[in-house]
Amino acid sequence: MKQGIFTITGNTPLTKTVCKMTLEGDTSAITAAGQFVNIKIDGLYLRRPISVCDLNGSTLTLVYKVVGKGTETMSRMKAGDTLDILTGLGNGYDLSVCGEAPLLVGGGVGVPPLYLLAKRLIAKGKEVKVILGFNSAEEVFFEDEFKALGVDVTVTTVDGSRGVKGFVTDAFKGGFGYVYTCGPEAMLKAVYDKCGCGGQFSFEERMGCGFGACMGCSCRTLYGNKRICKDGPVLVKEEIIWQK
Amino acid sequence: MAEMKVDLCGIELDNPVIAASGTFGYGYEFAQLYDINILGTFSFKGTTKDARFGNPTPRIAECPAGMLNAVGLQNPGVDRVISEELPRLAECFDKKVMANVSGFCVDDYVYTCARLDECEQVGWLEVNVSCPNVHGGGMSFGTSAKSAAEVAAAVKAVASKPVIVKLSPNVTDIVSIARACEDAGADGISLINTLLGMRIDLAKRRPVLANKTGGFSGGAIFPVAVRMVYQVANAVKIPVVGMGGVSTAEDVVEMMLAGASAVEVGAANLVDPFACKQIIEDLPGVMKKYNINSLKEIIGGCR
Repeated sequence: MKQGIFTITGNTPLTKTVCKMTLEGDTSAITAAGQFVNIKIDGLYLRRPISVCDLNGSTLTLVYKVVGKGTETMSRMKAGDTLDILTGLGNGYDLSVCGEAPLLVGGGVGVPPLYLLAKRLIAKGKEVKVILGFNSAEEVFFEDEFKALGVDVTVTTVDGSRGVKGFVTDAFKGGFGYVYTCGPEAMLKAVYDKCGCGGQFSFEERMGCGFGACMGCSCRTLYGNKRICKDGPVLVKEEIIWQK
Repeated sequence: MAEMKVDLCGIELDNPVIAASGTFGYGYEFAQLYDINILGTFSFKGTTKDARFGNPTPRIAECPAGMLNAVGLQNPGVDRVISEELPRLAECFDKKVMANVSGFCVDDYVYTCARLDECEQVGWLEVNVSCPNVHGGGMSFGTSAKSAAEVAAAVKAVASKPVIVKLSPNVTDIVSIARACEDAGADGISLINTLLGMRIDLAKRRPVLANKTGGFSGGAIFPVAVRMVYQVANAVKIPVVGMGGVSTAEDVVEMMLAGASAVEVGAANLVDPFACKQIIEDLPGVMKKYNINSLKEIIGGCR
């Protein structure tokens, strides 16, 4: 983990509620796809955890959904503004165990961390397939970015206004031996029930510190109590206990 | 040369800054970031007789200038603290640590304190009779002078180390509780634990916290803490450890002027993991600005 000051270089809306922010700073603490950063925002007490979407040298890309005061403030920030950010938080995805044909499944604002993951898996020569789930066509983002990586992309929408009608699991066609997923807990559970293979699941929880000190985001697993911020956010399928 | 050394119940601290229980784990998350030996000391995560998972999540809520927590004393239990956490701490911390203890009956407190009292690394026992997030224990002991004194006396009977009783601000008269603990033999008083609070999610029309209520900490509670430290320090002869919303070196000086012999820093660690380090680095400059040669001299110096 490192604390650093980042300078915003871009901040543009992708949909009505989802924005993409690019920043420049010391990204050296970020070691894995699926990690997150924790952002200090003027006027708010606790930092706001946001997953890492992409990383290119000192350029950090965050894709976030405006859901409250913190992300609302972020959405109004401009190029040249600075943010105090803790980087390199969480375990991230383990790329070493996925076989040759992993499936990446993202739901809504769970899509962004899969982008860096896809890039890194491709770099390792994996044959990556991606399913991106949204409620409707107007909420779809990053379809073109994933396609530009040359991977097989399927979009699903609940209302059928784009791609396959239904949930991400309605687009399961086999041909994958491992899943990496991030999204709402109900989606994670559906993927868990229907994937028929091993996988890694990224969870979300309200956090205090984001680096393992406060025990605010604890969960039970078959491998013992874990802190989503420090021992997660990625849990392996075999350890997950569904509680909610 | 600014003299930052203070005495806490017979043990000298290099400076009065103590990272508060529940915000500093068992030390090593922070030891990865800076040398935690620069601290006066720290109070480790509230420890109970048996392991506890704590409350369901969400356990954390944002507040104006602060936060709510309802962690509910998650800890591995005293046996594993002694067999696993303390040996790991020994690798990164050379000083005496403050052992924070909670319980659900007097016997729990006695058992856990007696076990930790035997540990060489432990310098003080901070007996938490003020956790607002557990039921049938914790704060219920700290809301009456009689039961707080009962815990203090029972722990004192088995402890060789100084016993500091950590009090709740969620009471009508904290002074009478502090006096009762002093009369029961407590070696020090620490205050304040968190203020009982609650937030409601407007969209869901439900409490934000799964536990409904939680403890309010952060900068917003600092004035309440200063007032209570001032009242208690003027009413007891034993040392008082001040805490509650302390975020800067100026806050440390203010707490000491109110009567604190040492000062705990809590929620600030969660927002800025380098908060204690920054405060310790800033203290000499603040002392110079206010013509303070030795921090010992300003304890209770508010006229």
